[in-house]
Amino acid sequence: MENLINIFVKSIFIENMVFAYFFGMCSYLAVSKKVSTATGLGIAVVFVLGITVPVNYLLEKFVLNEGALVWLGESFANVDLSFLRFIMFIAIIASMVQLVEMIVEKFAPVLYNQLGIFLPLIAVNCAILGGSLFLQQKAFVNVGEATVYGIGSGVGWLLAIVGIAAIREKIEYSQIPGPLRGLGITFIVTGLMGLAFMGFGGIKL
Amino acid sequence: MSEPLFSKKNLKLLSDPINDSNPITVQVLGICSALAVTAQLKPSIVMTISVMAVLAFANVIISLLRNTIPNRIRIIVQLVVIAALVILVDQVLRAYVYDVSKQLSVFVGLIITNCIIMGRLEAFALGNRPWQSFLDGIGNAAGYGFILIVVGFFRELLGSGSLLGYKIIPDSWYIANGGFYENNGLMVLSPMALIVVGVIIWVQRSRNRKLIED
Repeated sequence: MENLINIFVKSIFIENMVFAYFFGMCSYLAVSKKVSTATGLGIAVVFVLGITVPVNYLLEKFVLNEGALVWLGESFANVDLSFLRFIMFIAIIASMVQLVEMIVEKFAPVLYNQLGIFLPLIAVNCAILGGSLFLQQKAFVNVGEATVYGIGSGVGWLLAIVGIAAIREKIEYSQIPGPLRGLGITFIVTGLMGLAFMGFGGIKL
Repeated sequence: MSEPLFSKKNLKLLSDPINDSNPITVQVLGICSALAVTAQLKPSIVMTISVMAVLAFANVIISLLRNTIPNRIRIIVQLVVIAALVILVDQVLRAYVYDVSKQLSVFVGLIITNCIIMGRLEAFALGNRPWQSFLDGIGNAAGYGFILIVVGFFRELLGSGSLLGYKIIPDSWYIANGGFYENNGLMVLSPMALIVVGVIIWVQRSRNRKLIED
C-alpha cells in the first residue's frame, strides 16, 4: 500500500509529465486559454491514461517482451516481439480512446458534451504514449502499480494544465512586451513553474 | 506536370517553415521532443535527422495514398504509416548510434505522436502531390531542427561548457583551477529548455513584427 502511495505522489509531483518530461506540450499550450476547457481535457487525460497504461502493461508482459509468449507453449519461449512495441501501443491507445468515447457518450452524456472534440484528440497526445513507453524503464511488478502510475501521471498533467490556464487568464490583463505576448510568455511561465516543481525533487520516497 | 521540380513555388515550400511558418515557434507543433532532447547538441542533431526522415517519407506515402484513403479512418491509416516508419528509424538508430539511441530513450517512440507529423499530414499531404509533400516535409523538419539545434547549442555550451562533447571553455577558466568561470548547471535542467525557447520566440517576433499575437 505504501508503495502505491509512493508511486502516486512521485508521478504527480516529482516526475510531473509536463515539467519533467514535456509530455503533451502541444495540447498543453493550445488548450490552456480557459480554465474550464483545460479542466475538461485534463480529466479526459486522467481517464485515458488510467486505462491505457495498465492495458499496455499487460500487453508488454504477456505478448511483446522477449520470452513473454511462453504461456502459449514451449516453442514460443524464444520469440521476441519487442520491435512491435510502438505500433501495438498506438493501436491500443487509438482503440481505447474510441472505446472510452463510446462508453462516456452512452453513460455520461453531460461529461461527453463537455469534453467534446478533446476526447478523440487525446489519441495523439504524447502524454498518453509517453506514459506507456516509460513502463519499460519503470519495471513495475504488477498491474496495480501500473494503474496507479497511469492515474498519477494523468493527475499531474491535469494539475499542470489547470495551473497554466489560471495564470494565462490572469496575465491577459498585464502589460507584456508585444513580441512576448501569447506563446512566448506561456513558455517562460511554464519554465518558471517547472523550476518551482523541481523543489519537490528533494523529497525522498 | 510541366512545372519544374525546383520552381519558385516549390522552393518556398522548403524555405518558409524555417522562418515565417516555423513549426515550433509559429505553428506550435512538436514541442515535447524539441524540449526534452536538447540538453546536448548531439541528440538534437540525431533527433532532427530522424524526424526529417519520418516526416518526408510519411508525407510522400500519405500523399500517394490520398485519393484512396477513406476520410473516416484516415487518422488510423496515418498512425500506422508513421508508426511503421518510426520503427524503422528506431532500429537503424539502435544499430548504428546505440549510445544516442539510449539517450533519446522514449523520445524516438514519441515521434509517432509528434504533432508536427500529424499536423503536416493533415494540413498538407492530404491535399498535395507527392513531390510537393516531400519538400514540405523536408522544409518543416528543417525548421524544427533549426530550433532544436539552436536550443541544444546554447544549453550544451552554457550548461556543460562543451559542444558535441568537445570542451570549448578552457580548463584554466574554471574556478576550481583558479579562474573566474563556472558552468550554469540550470541550463542542463529541463525547465531552462522552455525558457530558452521562450527567448527564441521573443527574438524571432521582435524581428518579424507580423507574427505578434494580440
